Amino acid sequence: MEIIFIMEAYLDNAATTPVLPEVCDIMLKVMKEDYGNPSSKHTKGMEAERYITGAAEDIAALMKCQPKEIVFTSGGTEANNMALLGAAAANTRKGKHIITTGIEHASVHETLSHLEEQGFEVTYLPVNSNGILDPDVLADAIREDTILVSVMYVNNETGSVQDIGRLCSVVKKKDSSILFHTDAVQAYGKYKIVPRKLGADLLSASGHKIHAPKGSGFLYIKDKTKINPFIYGGGQQKGMRPGTENVPAIAGLGLASKIIYGMADRIENLYNLKEKLIGRLKKIDGVTINGADNIPLQKTAPHIVSANFEGIRSEVLLHALAAKGVFVSSGSACSSNHPGISSTLKAIGVEDALLDSSLRFSFSVFTTEEQVDYAADVLEEELPVLRKFTRR
Amino acid sequence: MVQGFLLKYAEIGIKGKNRYKFENALCEQLRIKLSKIDGDYNVVRGQGRIYAEAAGDFDSDEVIETLKRVPGISAISPVEVVEDKSWDNVKKEAGNFIEKQYNNTDFSFKVKSKRSDKHYIYTSPEICIEMGAYLLSRFEGLKVDVHNPDVYIWVEIRDKAYIYSKVYKGAGGMPLGTAGKAMLLLSGGIDSPVAGYMISKRGVNLDAVYFHAPPYTSERAREKVVALAKQVSRYAGRIRLFTVNFTDIQMYIYEKCPHEELTIIMRRYMMRIAERLAVHNKCIGLVTGESIGQVASQTMQSLAVTNEVCSMPVYRPLIAFDKQDIVNIAEKIGTFETSIQPYEDCCTIFVAKHPVTKPEAEVIRNSEKKIEEKIEEMLKIAINTAEITEVDE
Repeated sequence: MEIIFIMEAYLDNAATTPVLPEVCDIMLKVMKEDYGNPSSKHTKGMEAERYITGAAEDIAALMKCQPKEIVFTSGGTEANNMALLGAAAANTRKGKHIITTGIEHASVHETLSHLEEQGFEVTYLPVNSNGILDPDVLADAIREDTILVSVMYVNNETGSVQDIGRLCSVVKKKDSSILFHTDAVQAYGKYKIVPRKLGADLLSASGHKIHAPKGSGFLYIKDKTKINPFIYGGGQQKGMRPGTENVPAIAGLGLASKIIYGMADRIENLYNLKEKLIGRLKKIDGVTINGADNIPLQKTAPHIVSANFEGIRSEVLLHALAAKGVFVSSGSACSSNHPGISSTLKAIGVEDALLDSSLRFSFSVFTTEEQVDYAADVLEEELPVLRKFTRR
Repeated sequence: MVQGFLLKYAEIGIKGKNRYKFENALCEQLRIKLSKIDGDYNVVRGQGRIYAEAAGDFDSDEVIETLKRVPGISAISPVEVVEDKSWDNVKKEAGNFIEKQYNNTDFSFKVKSKRSDKHYIYTSPEICIEMGAYLLSRFEGLKVDVHNPDVYIWVEIRDKAYIYSKVYKGAGGMPLGTAGKAMLLLSGGIDSPVAGYMISKRGVNLDAVYFHAPPYTSERAREKVVALAKQVSRYAGRIRLFTVNFTDIQMYIYEKCPHEELTIIMRRYMMRIAERLAVHNKCIGLVTGESIGQVASQTMQSLAVTNEVCSMPVYRPLIAFDKQDIVNIAEKIGTFETSIQPYEDCCTIFVAKHPVTKPEAEVIRNSEKKIEEKIEEMLKIAINTAEITEVDE
């Protein structure tokens, strides 16, 4: 059966984004022409190495840091693992206490559970109904043996944003030797991020959320930070991440970063889309918005809207929308693989009855107002039909 | 010297004048299966057994695993075929064979022999004695135990000499293509793939029907069913999978009929659709994974009410199986992992909190009158729009 969409509205950009044509072009060129091994001494190797240094310089320029502070990884998950495992291993002499929140991405909390099994102690801090961690709560949790704090910048399920600068200064004021890591996967490409200004020592980012390919990402490691590598090999990337570099992906990530950060007005416009979608959703019966009560829109992430649809299972609604060309996600795509209940939504106090009824809409800088309107139209059309057939 | 696999079959042996049909079918199935793995094979029949001679780049373990999945074979033995059957050579090759098959020779054994070459220098008992003596002298640690040996070593003298020892249990049952074709009602659960596997072991070819209900069931649930069909096809051969869109029918029943009867009425319509598809596709039976009392729709009363809508026989190979026994088979045939992926199927969606467990046919028939108006048309549409997927391992 052929499916023809009158319109397609891909609103699952927090899951992944299409790769920019320019990025595809450069990657293809690297693969077909400049295919050398960056470690090779001949000119083919040098050509390839130039893409890596170039990408590091481009990203460093955007984040006002040094190129050597960027370590390329296979993506956000690896960057988070590298940061947490590396920082934990390098600082055990000082202590084994780590602080985080209850709303982290699986690649943070699963890594920390692993560290717990290895004898580390992890404190999970609660957030308020907007998904925000109170700096005072963080301050109180700090102990003498605390070595690491990890707090995500933008939550992938609700779009709640932490005041990372404030949290960093709270930590550093108490004990400047504590390392601060932030998972900035959903923030990179949406916010101007200057780690030195924030005060973060470690910051993870992923390429495929900003129109670079899957399998690309990086960890910012502030110069002189005490951290161990967690894989070993031929010494590439100063031994922090050995293994022949994924040159096409790195070149793609560098270029995509430059292009996306060059679209400041479009990033700003995301708030208009968000406002529009929330406005239309609120007009529909039995729809509530997560993590956006009594908080200015500008204090939430510009590209994520999480909403509950009373009386209907999110998976059913998701499939119904997909049949009309509207692509969204139930909970977060990463936790959709194991359909348990979203821990983030639970943590911000969403009612039990609504936990299985939430959808996430997420934009990219290329999302249009028409697409948002179309998605809302389809929702208005489908919801009454689907609600007729709910479980009795 | 050629390597091969000696295959024994159990029940075919008793098929009288039809025996050759069963043997031919089995050889055909073997050729199909073996053509899919590395190596060149020559399948030959003879004296109540089949030899699959192997040549080229074959992997003995892979061959055995493949043969274990062929219905109709009761036992598989890797065999050494010795062309030069002079006694000195046979002795030596038997020794080499033991060396290759067993990492250590710290076991007791007994030689068994057969000869169809009545001019051979030794009689069968003599072969046993001579071979036993030779092996004892060649391998340290080897002991003879004629009553309860760890290992039997077979020496057969025919046109060539055949030496074999290890015996692997085969799938049993009857060769595919000797029974007819049946329509399997395949859900995403644990039971129905096992039911399909069990029926196919009796030589039955399968078609399958899956009911999906978009958007209430996802495309992934459907992919899971295709994956299950693929697993079953490793035993059952090629399966034609019919995917029937059941949403409208389900919604219509949901709207018009008592909610606690939804599941039972749904199942009656699934059976009706399955039977019609079966007739169109020359199937002569339906197969389900039902087991008495497992869920509300599988009580004896429910089964009776479901059953009455078909005139075609419904085979339920798991009818008296406990869940754990079914799970064990599912694990053995590799469907369990797939079955437990958590995608909802259309039987669990909208299910009532307290469905009827002892439905009465009369009551259910009356409820179905409420959907008389449109249901026939909907059934036709569902059947005509069924999508067909050819599934093969």
